[in-house]
Amino acid sequence: MTTAQRLPDPYGSGGGANLADILERVLDKGIVIAGDIRINLLDIELLTIKLRLVVASVDKAKEMGIDWWESDPQLSSRAGRDELARENAELRAHVAELEGARGGVPAREREPSEEEAQG
Amino acid sequence: MSGLRYVYAVCRPFGTPLPAQLTGVAGVPPKQLVHRDLVALVGQVPEEDFSEEPLRAHLEDLDWLGATARAHQNVIDALTVVTSPLPLRLATVFRDDSGVRTMLEERERTFLRTLDRLDGRVEWGVKVYSEPTDAAEGPETSGTSAAPSGSSPGKAASGRDYLRQRRNQRREHEEKWERAEQFARRLHESLSGAAEDTRIHAPQNAALSRAPGRNILNAAYLVSRTESEAFVELVDRTKDDAPGLRVELTGPWAAYSFSGEDT
Repeated sequence: MTTAQRLPDPYGSGGGANLADILERVLDKGIVIAGDIRINLLDIELLTIKLRLVVASVDKAKEMGIDWWESDPQLSSRAGRDELARENAELRAHVAELEGARGGVPAREREPSEEEAQG
Repeated sequence: MSGLRYVYAVCRPFGTPLPAQLTGVAGVPPKQLVHRDLVALVGQVPEEDFSEEPLRAHLEDLDWLGATARAHQNVIDALTVVTSPLPLRLATVFRDDSGVRTMLEERERTFLRTLDRLDGRVEWGVKVYSEPTDAAEGPETSGTSAAPSGSSPGKAASGRDYLRQRRNQRREHEEKWERAEQFARRLHESLSGAAEDTRIHAPQNAALSRAPGRNILNAAYLVSRTESEAFVELVDRTKDDAPGLRVELTGPWAAYSFSGEDT
């Protein structure tokens, strides 16, 4: 039997694979068979809260109505950035408004003054 | 034999023996339980850890879970070297051998059908990350020296400069994501052409994977063993195509992502 020789060397599998790669497969993929010991992995609190969000397939999670992490800044780096961007836009608008009111000319047409540079 | 039966995988009988020193969950070497045309790879595990209540408690413990998942995967890896198994989900546990045999018998036809489909095939995982760039999020470093000492480095000289800087940063940021997504889409198309089947998984959270950057593609490809070398080369060739992005290959895995009966 020569199947072993035909395969390229493992990439990251085994000891080198990150835990997320392994958990993703052994918890969420692979065949589900109800054994004599009835444990529903989805019932486990830690898995539910911490892992399912990470390893469950997007479609499956959405089926279960679990997609709130997409807009939760603590769980999604993208959501965090989106929120920052929104905050920035608001601040920018505010700053422009204030500058316009102070100088009496639209902010985008004014050159920075000495005073402002030091403020 | 006392204790419970932890089932790792189902496969067809295979000729090459597993490594003699191979151990699995609970540090126990797996053994083959042959039933007609099927083999279940089974390990004996202690009742005090694997009956319902203790198992439930253990699964809440990320360290225990991680160690058990690695032990499970260790056995599946060894089995994948000698055959193309059907991996079972973590913690599939029966009371005794006869329970395992009954399960094999009840699902015999499905198992055989799926094993035929996966025969001679392995799974490769491909992930694309955008490399973290501080410049996009951090303060500008090109600031003028006009700012008086005491203010933060790179502070904009005026509100107008500040706005311009932020606008540029945002544009660069958006362009970066667009490039990254285009690259990921092209890569997936090209790899799909070299695979028999594909699955796209949810991006991994950096908190668990500890991988730097943001995961923008997390896909699995079912590839025959004979085509695997070409597939790996194809992935390798694309690695340098996209500055600021990182392509990661894992495998060969047992065909975890393709073991579902509905596929």
